[in-house]
Amino acid sequence: MSSLDSIDRSIIEAAQAGLAITPCPYAEIAKSVGIGEADVIVRLGHLMERGVVRRIGVAPNHYALGLIANGMTVWDIEDEVASEVGREVGALPFVTHCYLRPRALPSWPYNLFAMVHGTTRDEVETKRREIALLAGPACRACDVLYSKRILKKTGLRLSGNGG
Amino acid sequence: MMSRHHLAASIGLDDLDRRIINVLQEGFPLVTSPFAAVAAKIGIPESELIARLQRLAETGVVTRFGPFLDAAAMGGAFCLCALSAPADRFEEIAGIVNGFPQVAHNYEREHALNMWFVLATESPEEIDSTALRIEQATGLAVLRFPKLEEFFIGFRVAA
Repeated sequence: MSSLDSIDRSIIEAAQAGLAITPCPYAEIAKSVGIGEADVIVRLGHLMERGVVRRIGVAPNHYALGLIANGMTVWDIEDEVASEVGREVGALPFVTHCYLRPRALPSWPYNLFAMVHGTTRDEVETKRREIALLAGPACRACDVLYSKRILKKTGLRLSGNGG
Repeated sequence: MMSRHHLAASIGLDDLDRRIINVLQEGFPLVTSPFAAVAAKIGIPESELIARLQRLAETGVVTRFGPFLDAAAMGGAFCLCALSAPADRFEEIAGIVNGFPQVAHNYEREHALNMWFVLATESPEEIDSTALRIEQATGLAVLRFPKLEEFFIGFRVAA
């Protein structure tokens, strides 16, 4: 954690459990860290520019929104074109996460992972067919793993023991 | 199966709630009065935005509100992992895996590999050491799927 100074770290620790839902949430962080509100805002801006903070906002519960079908679609894409296919798949509006990952042969031949959400499994299957069309003959095999249950969801937490 | 709007109605989500969720998925401004700025964009009073977000958070429709961190940018690491938990040990295994603070998310999925979790650690070395500790604690092989390349990550869903 060498790239974060102790004040950055204190700000993140104060903010990561959630911003206060009050008119001036950054002032609340400032109070708990012991610096000025303007400093908090400037530092969070720098952390966003550096990519340490990807965004500030909400994460909804997909199930509560009615998006009860959550499919991790997985694809065995020829290595030579896997990056190119990944870029195209990742650009689809209904794909929320898309990664190239190593295969775990022999049991796991898939190297491209694309998360697709829908209100029904039929909707996810329709989207999966769109991905298959896009991947074309470079795709040798595919599968979809539906989620049955969220067992844990806390996000990344910094432990409080310093860098 | 309940339709999307039935389900949403059962927890009392209306169109304004959906708009608020969509706008706040896009980002939250770094200004002194961020709720006032967002409320002006949506065209509602600041107090209504705050009251609605409080309710969305209390009812669990919004699971997190705040900064989303990139472990890699801080010198840390993420790694997707999977294991095959025997049906009769599933709950026990879930308890063991969830007990590791490095486990950020864990999902049960319909597949022979039925447990998929993300390790988020402050150093790349801690990914391997944590996966090994989970293997020792469960007696099961933990497959590791670190990202090699990441394509556009919207994270957003239409509410």
